[in-house]
Amino acid sequence: MQGPISTRAEFDAELTNLQNQLLNLGSMVEKAVTRAVDALKSRDLAASEKVVKDDDEIDQKRFEIEEHCIELIARQQPIAGDLRQIIAILHIAVELERMGDYAEGIGRISMLMGDEQPLKALIDIPRMALLATGMLRRSLDALVKRDIEAAKEVCSADDEIDAIYDQVYRELLVFMIEDPATIRRATYLLWAAHDLERLADRATNVAERVIYLVTGKLTEINVSKY
Amino acid sequence: MTTARNIGLAIEDLSVYYGNFRVLKNVTLQIPSNKVTALIGPSGSGKSTLLRCFNRMNDLIPSARIEGKVYFGENNIYAAGVDPTEVRSRIGMVFQKPNPFPKSIFENVAFGLRINGYRGDMNEAVERALHVAALWDEVKDRLNDGALTLSGGQQQRLCIARAIAVEPEVILMDEPASALDPIATLAIEGLMRDLSREYTILVVTHNMQQAARVSDETAFLMMDDDRAGYLVEHGETQQIFTNPVDERTEAYITGRFG
Repeated sequence: MQGPISTRAEFDAELTNLQNQLLNLGSMVEKAVTRAVDALKSRDLAASEKVVKDDDEIDQKRFEIEEHCIELIARQQPIAGDLRQIIAILHIAVELERMGDYAEGIGRISMLMGDEQPLKALIDIPRMALLATGMLRRSLDALVKRDIEAAKEVCSADDEIDAIYDQVYRELLVFMIEDPATIRRATYLLWAAHDLERLADRATNVAERVIYLVTGKLTEINVSKY
Repeated sequence: MTTARNIGLAIEDLSVYYGNFRVLKNVTLQIPSNKVTALIGPSGSGKSTLLRCFNRMNDLIPSARIEGKVYFGENNIYAAGVDPTEVRSRIGMVFQKPNPFPKSIFENVAFGLRINGYRGDMNEAVERALHVAALWDEVKDRLNDGALTLSGGQQQRLCIARAIAVEPEVILMDEPASALDPIATLAIEGLMRDLSREYTILVVTHNMQQAARVSDETAFLMMDDDRAGYLVEHGETQQIFTNPVDERTEAYITGRFG
């Protein structure tokens, strides 16, 4: 049985590689989000521009993962847990790439703002970014550990982000009602907050795919308010 | 025996012994009619033995002994007074290696009909069976040629036609495509799908992808420490191949076994 065992070992090594590629993409996305929000806050336009530019690498990485999944499907004809792992990773790669786009979006907003100072001091938006990247990290930890309880916790953390988003929205609305001249600048911040709210939703999608990988069940764990 | 077509099979607490050696132990399994059920499992897990129980082929092995019941519809085919030949005419079998008789293509298909004293139009019956086995177009102009002049894939379809000619309700297949190339394999697999509309099909296969492609339900057998085969898991193929319940099934179908 030497032959079959070694091809199985090769397949296992490929699956580990694939997961590592995904974790690498996750870490690129996490950094992109942090850098995008830092640059927005510190008004560092060069840094914002770099976030926008670097999104190409995230896109590229996602295609590499997709190609690797396709190759494994073609060559190994995976079934059962192997199949679920590859399908879950394929989905998660798309989610991560989309999260990267939100980071890019925040970079673009910052560039649109140009020399203008933000309407108000940025406190809630960095908090949202911290929570969202935390959810992303924990969802990928849950993937590595195949831990469905941890995955479910990620999903419930989304409520906190939704609550902050509500608060940011109300606050900015007050600015806009009181002084319509602030509408443009308020809108920029609303967009950024919205990007982060969406990003957190994508992190719950990642967690849902972890639950699928482990249990084989496709479920919507926490339906976001937005 | 009842004459209703397309009745399923069921086995109840079946154990099979060859001499003192128990090959299968306490298998209980229901085979739905008009579906393809795949039997999978490692070599020695008793799949072929199980398959042969369904048409009393094990009777031909001198030391074989069977405990438990095998129902074909309402009837236990091991009950006293049941004629094994009658069972085999209603539950046909196709083997791993194509085994046509060294006779003409026509005579191969007509053979079973003749020994059963078929009184209808023999030409028509042979043509019908060859059509069902998707072989007619390839052999209609050479029915008197020797069956051994056919390719392996054609020979296997001829054996299927031979099995079908006597109008069984169930077709048992023991690795019917393992000796065939991928094209001939696909032809046999397609044929199995087609046949399942009219027949109950039970197939033993070592090819996981084949089981996944052709079957509606899958039963997984393993052997215990005494090397007796037993049933681990039986369910819809879709479930077995995406989310098996038992870890042993997962390990086997993904090649992590042993």
